[in-house]
Amino acid sequence: MKVLVCMKQTPDTEASIKIAADGKGIEEQNIKWIMSPYDEYAVEEAIRIKEKQTGETVVVTVGTDRVVESMRTALAMGIDRGVHCVDPAFLGSDALATAKILASVIKTENPDVVLCGRQAIDLDQAQAPAYLAEILGWPQVYSVAKLELKGNAAVCNRRIEGGEEIVETSLPCVMTCDKGLNEPRYASLPGIMKAKKKEIKKWALAQTGLAETDVGTAGAKVKTLGYLPLPDRPPGKVFKEMETADMVKQVVKLLREEAKVI
Amino acid sequence: MYKAAIPKEILEFVDTVRKFVKKDCEPIDELIEQQGKIPEPVVQKVRDLGLYGMTIPTEYGGLGIGATGYCLVAKALSWGHGAFRSLIAVNNGIGSQAILLSGSEEQKQRFLPDLSSGKKLSCFCLTEPGAGSDAASMTTTAVKDGKFWVVNGLKHFITNAPIADVFTVLALSDKEKRTKGGITAFIIEKGTPGLKIGQLHQHMGSKAMVQSEVIFEDCRVPEENVIGKVGEGFRTAMKTLDIGRVTLAASCIGYAEKLLKMGSDYAKIRVQFGKPIADFQAIQWMLADCATEIYAADCMMIDAALRYDSGERQSALASMAKLYASEMACKVADRVLQIHGGMGYMVEAKVERYYRDLRLYRIVEGTSEIQRLVISRSVLKDELTF
Ligand SMILES: Cc1cc2nc3c(=O)[nH]c(=O)nc-3n(C[C@H](O)[C@H](O)[C@H](O)COP(=O)(O)OP(=O)(O)OC[C@H]3O[C@@H](n4cnc5c(N)ncnc54)[C@H](O)[C@@H]3O)c2cc1C
Repeated sequence: MKVLVCMKQTPDTEASIKIAADGKGIEEQNIKWIMSPYDEYAVEEAIRIKEKQTGETVVVTVGTDRVVESMRTALAMGIDRGVHCVDPAFLGSDALATAKILASVIKTENPDVVLCGRQAIDLDQAQAPAYLAEILGWPQVYSVAKLELKGNAAVCNRRIEGGEEIVETSLPCVMTCDKGLNEPRYASLPGIMKAKKKEIKKWALAQTGLAETDVGTAGAKVKTLGYLPLPDRPPGKVFKEMETADMVKQVVKLLREEAKVI
Repeated sequence: MYKAAIPKEILEFVDTVRKFVKKDCEPIDELIEQQGKIPEPVVQKVRDLGLYGMTIPTEYGGLGIGATGYCLVAKALSWGHGAFRSLIAVNNGIGSQAILLSGSEEQKQRFLPDLSSGKKLSCFCLTEPGAGSDAASMTTTAVKDGKFWVVNGLKHFITNAPIADVFTVLALSDKEKRTKGGITAFIIEKGTPGLKIGQLHQHMGSKAMVQSEVIFEDCRVPEENVIGKVGEGFRTAMKTLDIGRVTLAASCIGYAEKLLKMGSDYAKIRVQFGKPIADFQAIQWMLADCATEIYAADCMMIDAALRYDSGERQSALASMAKLYASEMACKVADRVLQIHGGMGYMVEAKVERYYRDLRLYRIVEGTSEIQRLVISRSVLKDELTF
């Protein structure tokens, strides 16, 4: 069984995000970058599949040189090797362009299963896996909380509103991993040492078979016009110099009529 | 800046430990406090990460990241709960170092792999009711009888003794010679007839840190369990303490960092006289003093650890790092408690727990006074090189 994981590097969940002066991106200095947490479930699941059935695991990432650090984390956890899609032409890719790049790798690698995170925690789009399945003509199962591989099929429990849905799909397929699927392991020190020697192959535009106009800013169908910070929280209301009972009445009234939360 | 001197993979590993602390340890610190122990699934993760054997070379199943790596991990673990240090420090320090520094190859092969993996726990039995700072005044005896040594005596305050499998024990093999060749170190395994756990000590710190008496009653120890040569135990014990002292400093620095964060967080949200107390200069200066002293201690600790790993042996450096960091952390705990006002005195703010736990570090593995003794001796003998 060959399992391929599509991984994205995102800012740490605790990083304080500041919008860049031109309003088109974020200030990248002083940000700690991590593997998107949902992708950790995908990496862990890939390693577990290999541990159970033998085979090979590959991590694929689109991004600049800084993403290699997160790829090494995946390798330190136990993934066998990596493919780093890097080319100046890739800059500014939207989810569709990113999926095209990833699909070019997948077509060459021919995995049985492609695992992604449910969504990347920075842009929260959850689009690339669906595009990917479409481009490849493969089935896609979204938000997998339990996975069992049976021969040439996979039985997945999906998180849905109020419960779970059990589905079966043929392989190869694209799946996105949700919280609860597993508990990702920590990279051990021997793992970190071994990861240094594992191969990370570079994959540039020339290898993808795509045109320059398919990817990057040129290929993006959705253009980001700008970013806005969250508005400052409005100041709280303070009730003073009143009987407690009257204060409570006031608060209840405002919660009902103004905040509309009760 | 010192990061440049530390191998990248160690820094990456410390990052992993930080992640573990944030995800698995910090959220359960109150649970650990209530139950008086770390839940087994979390202990298993500590084993999986290899944290029991950081100072033990890889050929004996350890991580082999030296004093420096261990110090950085110890600092990170302090953000979780004091119980983590108590759990792993003995196997990494006083519980394994005697075997590592002076033991035979056969002893290393026999004991170190299980200590590295955390399959077995160790303890270090030096202190006695009548012999604390003056460890050489011990009365526990070891008398040769054929191929065995017969040990009799009582040790107390022994960390992890009730849960330990491998005991490093210092005993008098020659009453006349004492430190001059009369003290021998032994490995005594749990279950050896005559080895008993005495009373558990109740102390002011966290219940998740275990200490007890250890009693030896005609405890027969095979002669192959002597660590190093007969009569060289005291030197071994003193060498063993160096690495422990630097890492104690590292733990103190970790606690102080966490306390400073607690202090600054609280100062920003606590409003009095119409503004956050962080706006008062009195509070700002307390925070500034804490930060400055933490930085100073951190620089000392890292320097001492790096020099230890490079083979330099100056006990005074470890003593200075431990003395300064433990006294600094207690001052930080005191100031941060003060910043919290009455809330600092309450259990729910957690500051009081640090205040109590930290008090230990000015006593254990050599009191502040004994550290000063070690340092001043080195100064007076013109041996100290900065
Ligand atoms: C929680 C805990 C865990 C411990 N774990 C272990 C363990 O695992 N193994 C182990 O062997 N021991 C352990 N100890 C013992 C610890 O190392 C001793 O408590 C410590 O060395 C001090 O000895 P003491 O308590 O007998 O104090 P004492 O030596 O009686 O000291 C009392 C006071 O006199 C001062 N003093 C003593 N001599 C001098 C001097 N020459 N000059 C100036 N002042 C002096 C001391 O600094 C101190 O202030 C532990 C202790 C504690 C509290």
